[in-house]
Amino acid sequence: MNDLLVLRIVTKILMPFILLFALYVQFHGDYGPGGGFQAGVIFGAGFILYGLVYGLDALRGVLSSDVLRAGFAIGLLIFAGVGVAGLLLGGNYLDYNVLSSDPVKGQHLGILLIEFGVGVTVASVMISIFYYFAGRGR
Amino acid sequence: MTAHLPALQVVITLLAAPACILVRGRDLTFWLALLTTWAAFAVSCLLLDQVMTSGIVSYELGGWAAPFGIEYRVDALNAFVLLIVSGIGAIVLPFTPRSLLIEMVGEKAYLFYCAFLLCVTGLLGVAITGDAFNLFVFLEISSLASCILISLGPHRRALTAAFQYLIVGTIGATFIVIGIGLIYGATGTLNLNDIAERLPATGYNRTVIAAFAFLIVGAAIKLALFPLHFWLPKAYTYAPSTVSAFLAATATKVGVYVLIRFLFTVFGVKFSFDILPTALPLMLLAVLAMFVASTVAIFQDSVKRMLAYSSVAQIGYMVLGLSLVTVDGLTASIVHLFNHALMKGALFLAIGCIAYRQSSFRIDDLAGMGRRMPWTMAAFTAGGLSLIGIPLTAGFISKWYLILAALAADEPLIAALIVISSLLAVIYVWRVVEAAYFREPGPGAPSGEAPLALLIPTWVLIALNVYFGIETSLPVGVSEHAARALMGAGP
Amino acid sequence: MVDFVGLYNYWIVVFLMMAGLYLVIEHGNLVKKMVGLTVFQAAVFLLYITLGKVRDGTAPIIAEGIETYSNPLPHVLILTAIVVGVATLALGLALVVRIRDAYGTIEEDEIGDQDGPAI
Repeated sequence: MNDLLVLRIVTKILMPFILLFALYVQFHGDYGPGGGFQAGVIFGAGFILYGLVYGLDALRGVLSSDVLRAGFAIGLLIFAGVGVAGLLLGGNYLDYNVLSSDPVKGQHLGILLIEFGVGVTVASVMISIFYYFAGRGR
Repeated sequence: MTAHLPALQVVITLLAAPACILVRGRDLTFWLALLTTWAAFAVSCLLLDQVMTSGIVSYELGGWAAPFGIEYRVDALNAFVLLIVSGIGAIVLPFTPRSLLIEMVGEKAYLFYCAFLLCVTGLLGVAITGDAFNLFVFLEISSLASCILISLGPHRRALTAAFQYLIVGTIGATFIVIGIGLIYGATGTLNLNDIAERLPATGYNRTVIAAFAFLIVGAAIKLALFPLHFWLPKAYTYAPSTVSAFLAATATKVGVYVLIRFLFTVFGVKFSFDILPTALPLMLLAVLAMFVASTVAIFQDSVKRMLAYSSVAQIGYMVLGLSLVTVDGLTASIVHLFNHALMKGALFLAIGCIAYRQSSFRIDDLAGMGRRMPWTMAAFTAGGLSLIGIPLTAGFISKWYLILAALAADEPLIAALIVISSLLAVIYVWRVVEAAYFREPGPGAPSGEAPLALLIPTWVLIALNVYFGIETSLPVGVSEHAARALMGAGP
Repeated sequence: MVDFVGLYNYWIVVFLMMAGLYLVIEHGNLVKKMVGLTVFQAAVFLLYITLGKVRDGTAPIIAEGIETYSNPLPHVLILTAIVVGVATLALGLALVVRIRDAYGTIEEDEIGDQDGPAI
């Protein structure tokens, strides 16, 4: 691994920017192009890059399979949970208007949470798929 | 809370699926899955009641008004399909913890329950949604989940069967999505009812006709209409018996539902059958399915594969009913949807009981089974009688209505063909019965009945077969209601 | 002629669709089947995006001085369809991996040779 010095350094430098960009795409999704799907993939790609350069074991040290499995369950639960919250607060399923006293704020809050759930799920699924395929034949 | 039933129908099992991953414990996930499936069943019962008493139930997801947002729209037809799917799920699930499947996957049982719940969610979603694209998404959820379930089969061929199912299912779903895209291009809307209203204004141009073709072929792949059935026998043969029971009873039924929905509600009787000659090809394929698949079933060595081919034949009856394009024919189709779910579910569960004692499903290896596993084989025989259509069983009711519909539509030939093809069913069911009751068990054949946990769900389905063979007001009443609405719907 | 060229998107869609479907049917290699399936699905994505394009319309992001936008709905639909496609691809490849473990090959005819008559 030591002969990959350039890759290792570049990865180390790039990692925070990739993750930051993922977060930007995630949370700017309300106003411009973006959202949970894309952000999740970018976020996952950052970790996959790390895994490619530093090896799978190093990546497993950061994110274990159990964490990821919990990740995609929790993401989906956030999504469905927001819907149920809308239901409990007197609106229809996935109605964001009732999430806050002001409907516009409610819409913001709702889409933010939903996209967050999507992002968590997509990122953990992406990394899980990488684990499954990359972890074979070793 | 009753106003939110349509959303709850899908959401309950959808929420339970990821919860299974978090809970993980084998027994705990089983109970979670069981409770949620039964809750879904309760919801669909309430929904059916609501629809039958007060008409169509419409639900706007996220509070967005109908043509723009996603609408869940429940009429008699969907409510009935929802009942079939959730009901079969509720009966099959208690079968799982003692079945071989769960013992084989062991600690990963929670993943099985997750996939099962997602499959239920997908099928319920397809049935309930009033939005064309939403329908595609749910279709894919259910087909990916059922692909996982099929791949869990004990033999390595389950993997290739699942792979083929995935490829063919995806092609079918992609055909449907192409059709939906073309319709969207022609009408500018995705709401099924809105499409139905706007289609006449397009003058039924070439785009609409192409969309129609894509949708019908896509649905035909999904419901395994002859000759697009080739994926089904393999998938049902190598899938675990529990999964075969669930999928045989629900997945193809939802496919038939999609076909009926597009033919009658979206495109309307006038376009589907008057402008385009759809009825005759469908009828021919249905008759071919009845005869070819039944004949192939006769020559199978494996009971499971035989039942799978018989499923293809039975789908022929359903399509035959709707291809008559009368209220009676459609009623017969929908009644058979329900009754076939009951009988095929029961038969595959009986196979699951056999699987508990021996790994081979060859008919020759079932010799003397009637004495070794009397309750299981009695259930199988009763299910087989229903499949043939002996009076006092549910199967008789569907055949009876089908024949009446054919006669009313002035098609005596079709009525005769239905009777003749039922005789083919006698032959293949008899082969199993003969082996089980009139042959001596081979040396070293295992003996002992399957555990009660497996027998009870099987016998519940058999009891339902008999019950609905005598008391027909529920399926026939609902089906007639649905058929009237469908024939009257559309321009 | 102008019509023919003007509809070039659709010609590409048809070509990709047929090419993908042909790959799925013709190839015995399971990975290549998955590739074909992906191409087939990609053709559908392109079809939807083409439907959503409005002449002289820009990307559907509200900005000053722009009147015509492309239809954003097909993009949203296709985003969902892409995710479905990714899930299908991942599941398909996972199955291929398991098939290779079980049979030692991913060629369809060799797999068929290994199993005896149907059980």
